[in-house]
Amino acid sequence: MTDGEIEHDLRRKTRRSFLVGGAGALAGFAGYKWITSAASDNALPWPQRRMLDFNGKLAHDYLSGSHLMPTYPSNRVGYLKPNGNIGLDTSEDWTLRLEPGDGVSGIDLALADIQALPRVEMITRFCCIEGWSVIAHWAGARFSDFTRRYLPYVSRIPPYVYLATSGEDYYVGLDRKSALHPQTLLAYEQNGKPLTTEHGAPLRLVIPVKYGIKSIKKIGLIRYTAKRPGDYWAEEGYDWFAGL
Amino acid sequence: MIYWAYPVYGIGSIRFFPDWFYSALRLDQRLAAGMALHFFVMWFFVLNGIAYVAYTIFSGEWRFLVPRSPAAFRDAWQVLLHDLHIKKDLPPQEKYNAAQQVAYSAIILMGIGSVVTGFAIYKPAQLAWLTALCGGYSMARLLHFVLTAGYVIFFGIHLLQVVLAGWNNFRSMVMGYEVVNQRD
Repeated sequence: MTDGEIEHDLRRKTRRSFLVGGAGALAGFAGYKWITSAASDNALPWPQRRMLDFNGKLAHDYLSGSHLMPTYPSNRVGYLKPNGNIGLDTSEDWTLRLEPGDGVSGIDLALADIQALPRVEMITRFCCIEGWSVIAHWAGARFSDFTRRYLPYVSRIPPYVYLATSGEDYYVGLDRKSALHPQTLLAYEQNGKPLTTEHGAPLRLVIPVKYGIKSIKKIGLIRYTAKRPGDYWAEEGYDWFAGL
Repeated sequence: MIYWAYPVYGIGSIRFFPDWFYSALRLDQRLAAGMALHFFVMWFFVLNGIAYVAYTIFSGEWRFLVPRSPAAFRDAWQVLLHDLHIKKDLPPQEKYNAAQQVAYSAIILMGIGSVVTGFAIYKPAQLAWLTALCGGYSMARLLHFVLTAGYVIFFGIHLLQVVLAGWNNFRSMVMGYEVVNQRD
């Protein structure tokens, strides 16, 4: 080849590869634009919402009652920051409303009803979705024991549980598998003492297989449902599943 | 966006990252958005890594990319001294110099490390064994963070090196051929 031919060939190859490279970069940028600006579904562009739900489903299918969060000795217990206070009114008269769903009428329960269930103590890591985590010490009744005791049709437990504060200012949705996980507690004690107001007295959920946003304080309502229930933080753009 | 919610890391009193960093890049108050994006693109990070490693294996390119003898690490040090203008001459090299080989292999190991520590903090209940293997939840999170800082440093140096190496090198990166003038 002459110098001229080489020069020509070089220009052609350079032009072609830069065009391909440029098109690739543009496609990547367009893809990013799409996943960040598509129509919103619960405060997230829908492709991202779909992906969170896909990830959640994958993790849900894998989760089993034998996947436990590690437990620790009591000298590892740290200070738990009382992060959320939504729906934590100071009213003294408290009852727990249970709605088993499926047309079965609801009942009101007292704290003594929960305390009558087998007492379980647990020292596990409490992981906040903000990124911090701390080891905490709880006592309460297993949610699975509660379900077995109070649902008249245990063989057909609905696939979801909805828990809310009395006024439904704060509410969380749980899948059945996570709710019935052996480390999911209806807790009434922390560090050997009754819960304080800021930690959700008299009864809160502690669910170590989820981020702390799911560990709802001062539960006023437990409802078993066939449809996936709403969730306070999921509606603000967080993952509905929020599992660990 | 994710670290804004709980800036845990720092060296002494210097904090990763200062407030101006978040506000300048408009990363504040966007934890949910950050997490959603993270758990979307993580799959592409994994797929991209698998595709890249598979390509280098099947094309035989890995031979140029992996240091194949202890001498490569010594040579890499010489390249580093040369690039810092401490030494004049370069050790002989093939397609990539020894320092590149070490860097490009390390980045693959870092990528694997990010996926492993990522899963360890993503599912510490379901993958408790993996979290334990990474030294626990807090240690795994620290490693995940340090690795990410490593990419930023790698990216910065790499970009600088490309600029310093000049147009012909950049063209060869994009085109796959390098133009060499031959005298006969």
